[in-house]
Amino acid sequence: MIETLQNLLGVAWTPLWTLVKIVLIVAPLMVGVAYLTYVERKVIGYMQVRIGPNRVGYYGLLQPLADGMKLFFKEIIIPAGSNKFLFVLAPVLCLMPALAAWAVVPFNAELVLANVNAGLLYILAMTSLGVYGVILAGWASNSKYAFLGSLRSAAQIVSYEIAMGFALVCVLMASGSLNLGDIVNGQKGAGLLSWYIIPLFPMFLVYLISGVAETNRAPFDLAEGESEIVAGFHVEYSGMAFALFFLGEYANMILIAFLTAIMFMGGWLSPVTFLPDSIVWLLAKASFVLFLFLWFRATFPRYRYDQLMRLGWKVFIPISLIWVVVVGLWMQTPLWLW
Amino acid sequence: MNLATNLYHAGAEVFLLTMVCVILIADLFVAGRGKMFTYMMVQLTLLGCSFITVATHTDGVAIVFSNMYVDDLMSDVLKLLAYLAVSMMLVYSRTYLLTRGLFSGEFMSLALFALLGMMVMISASHFLTLYLGLELLSLSLYAMVALQRDSAVATEAAMKYFILGALASGLLLYGMSMIYGATGSLEIYKISDAIEQGVYNKQLLVFGLVFVVSGLAFKLGAVPFHMWVPDVYHGAPTPMTLLIGSAPKLAAFAFVMRILVEALQPLAIQWSSMLAIMAILSIAIGNLSAIAQTNIKRMFAYSTIAHMGYLLLGVLSGTIEGYSSAMFYAVTYVLMTLGGFGMIMLMSREGFEADNLSDYKGLNQRSPWLAFMMLLLMFSMAGVPPTVGFYAKFSVLQAVVQTGHFALAIIAVLFSLVGAFFYLRVVKLMYFDTPESHEPIQYQADTSLLITFNGLGVLFLGILPGTLMSICAVSVQQSLLLH
Amino acid sequence: MNVESLVFYVFAALMIFAGLRVITARNPVHSAMFLVLAFCSASGIWMLLEAEFLSITLVLVYVGAVMVLFLFVVMMLDINLDQLREGFWRWFPFGAALALVMVGEMVYVLGNRKTAATEGLVRHAADYSNIKELGRLIYTDYVYPFEIAAVVLLVAMVAAIALTLRRRIGVKSQNPGKQVLVKKADRLRIVPVAAEKSGSDRAA
Repeated sequence: MIETLQNLLGVAWTPLWTLVKIVLIVAPLMVGVAYLTYVERKVIGYMQVRIGPNRVGYYGLLQPLADGMKLFFKEIIIPAGSNKFLFVLAPVLCLMPALAAWAVVPFNAELVLANVNAGLLYILAMTSLGVYGVILAGWASNSKYAFLGSLRSAAQIVSYEIAMGFALVCVLMASGSLNLGDIVNGQKGAGLLSWYIIPLFPMFLVYLISGVAETNRAPFDLAEGESEIVAGFHVEYSGMAFALFFLGEYANMILIAFLTAIMFMGGWLSPVTFLPDSIVWLLAKASFVLFLFLWFRATFPRYRYDQLMRLGWKVFIPISLIWVVVVGLWMQTPLWLW
Repeated sequence: MNLATNLYHAGAEVFLLTMVCVILIADLFVAGRGKMFTYMMVQLTLLGCSFITVATHTDGVAIVFSNMYVDDLMSDVLKLLAYLAVSMMLVYSRTYLLTRGLFSGEFMSLALFALLGMMVMISASHFLTLYLGLELLSLSLYAMVALQRDSAVATEAAMKYFILGALASGLLLYGMSMIYGATGSLEIYKISDAIEQGVYNKQLLVFGLVFVVSGLAFKLGAVPFHMWVPDVYHGAPTPMTLLIGSAPKLAAFAFVMRILVEALQPLAIQWSSMLAIMAILSIAIGNLSAIAQTNIKRMFAYSTIAHMGYLLLGVLSGTIEGYSSAMFYAVTYVLMTLGGFGMIMLMSREGFEADNLSDYKGLNQRSPWLAFMMLLLMFSMAGVPPTVGFYAKFSVLQAVVQTGHFALAIIAVLFSLVGAFFYLRVVKLMYFDTPESHEPIQYQADTSLLITFNGLGVLFLGILPGTLMSICAVSVQQSLLLH
Repeated sequence: MNVESLVFYVFAALMIFAGLRVITARNPVHSAMFLVLAFCSASGIWMLLEAEFLSITLVLVYVGAVMVLFLFVVMMLDINLDQLREGFWRWFPFGAALALVMVGEMVYVLGNRKTAATEGLVRHAADYSNIKELGRLIYTDYVYPFEIAAVVLLVAMVAAIALTLRRRIGVKSQNPGKQVLVKKADRLRIVPVAAEKSGSDRAA
């Protein structure tokens, strides 16, 4: 059927087919984001011995839709004295890289939008762009709380990006490729034992924690810090503009979860050799990482700013630098089994 | 070329870099207590570098690291002199820095980084390494000038130095990219081959040459790109001025040789006329402006501009004699500058800068020996026989006359007579005026020994210049014979 | 005109526009954002040239890190642009004349070019990775300048720390090492208090 369509559309086929694929990725992602908020409220609710949302729909399952409707019909207020263009642009800039990064994420051996050689670099570049939304939102709002939040966030994201980059350098060294599909294939073999999480365990932790910091999630959510600077960079936003930030944050979380699963936990590969590889594994692994994100939020108190910076610069960067050297040396010995 | 050969020829650089890293870390653990430990380590490193440079010396020219690094006699000689200059700078400035709380590990490691930059420049045979060496040197110097954070003058000097230096680097890089575009290569030997064989784009090449020469003039401080020199020399703390004014000129000489003489020799007609204008203007403006100065650091700055003019005179003559006399001039200049600024630091003490001309009044009554050393240095800068300054000027002018540029030679001689006035004024102040203060001059034994060595060296080299001159001649000859 | 050259012209036009706006925008934050746009378009052009490593690195390093810090600084500065613009028109003729001379020279030089690269780019095979190629070159032929460049960065780091690190008095900060090493005995003193014997004593 696809072939007849291809013949029918001629030149327009490639862009159209790509567009369809993009929709096929983005639509489930948006649903995932919506239900991640629901799961978050439920999980944290149960952790705090509450029930969480349970009124709208069966077990509160329609709650995300209700929230979406509410935000959609709210008025977008543009504060006086703000920079209108940048104020409107900021939420877009926040969401855009979070979606663009999905272009190179492979879901199984064949299912990937763009199978590029420099996939890992591309991911790094895209995730580093997300900070613009936050900075510009804070600056354009013309509000000191928002500005403080955006400055905190910018410093935080730039700092943790370095450690994150080094963690990815280790993955790159282990797999010898920047292509995400090849990275997963490099972890094939003895099931769980051949995942990179084993030799790169410290880097897995660094990546995961930096990922939490990069997405401005608790306990690193100083950019929001509702007890000190009300809601940080998005304090002046309302309605859909606010919803875009929300979407961006959760899409980023899901992205980090998928990347962690792909780079350290074998992606779609099965943890045991007698079960087949499948996309289900990838989803399960990503869900586990997402659960960790929620668990962290329910467990840890917020970091203080200087502690956050110390952790990034004085702990993670040295550890990851040392591990780059360790992996490099390790790979030269016959003890390297991956 | 395999790795071992590469590393053998670049042994001194590798050793220096390793030692800087060791010093950087070791200094953190001796913080506060033993800056002397760091200081001794730095001096030993310099000694080790000279040992390695001598030990790995090979006859002939070796080009390693995929044609990016050249090891010839000229590079070895210039490097040895650069070690000596940096080492002397550290001895002269130790007490000065200690009393001002600037004697830090960073100062010393940045000085060594600057030295590494010079070594890279001296041994470069590729535009990439030339430029990277220059940036390494400049970046270290900018930071060193700014080290005295509480001084507004030093900060201003650092800003000026940084901005103009960055502009000059930009010009240079722009010119290099054009030469690359015109000849299709960044290797200096391939560039000269391409030009000789006529495989190039003429306009683009000349355009590139203009930018390169402007960038070089900026870095050398030649007129009309000299405006930063007096401000930076005056504003920077004296040890940093000494470092800027001394060893980097050796590297700059190597830079000029590598770019203009080795890579762009076929364009000699074009660049020598550019250099002629700059040389004459530098000599004229440098000497004339120096007369009006009351601050000795500013006076030295203008004298540097004039000296760079003489150096360029040697280069523009375009003969082996010219190049070797320019090299001789560079060496002499470094020796004199070290002595001159060394004297300023020797006379300074806590809370007092001996940088006004009036501070030298009656020095003879306070310390006859120091006055005599200063006299030798001033005579040498002015070019009075039998000091080495005379011989340096003489050989440059000889080279110019030999190539038939009589007018240039005559103007240069006239302005050096003008220049003699302000150097001799210092001598007059020291011997015939009454001192303004009678405070004893405090100095360490090693500093006074060094200034003696410096002053007598200027005299000794003036009487017996033959050895140094022939070393310069042989090394220049050797590096030019290659192609 | 094929699609590729169309994309090129779009990127090129965008880059020129952004470059112009960088210097003409009244608001420094806008200028910085236009510079970001210029970088992104340059990255797109590089991508067209199949230099994917340079292209992505440009975004990663310049857009993702350098410009963020730049924006950071620009936002915090209180720049009075009108003050900076004073005297602009006084110097304008001089600057314009200089620019015209430069443009004239450039046209003269570039217009007379004999060996223009008219042939199209040679395509690489699909499995060609210029990252691999770059890595190989950097660690073999260009290892010396590569190391020197690393030293330049090291100097920049040393200089930045030397110029900004000042031990200030009165700053409260934690020493995590000490915090970890704390023993119970350092903080907690158990004072033995004699237990009272019976209720009757208290009553008395």
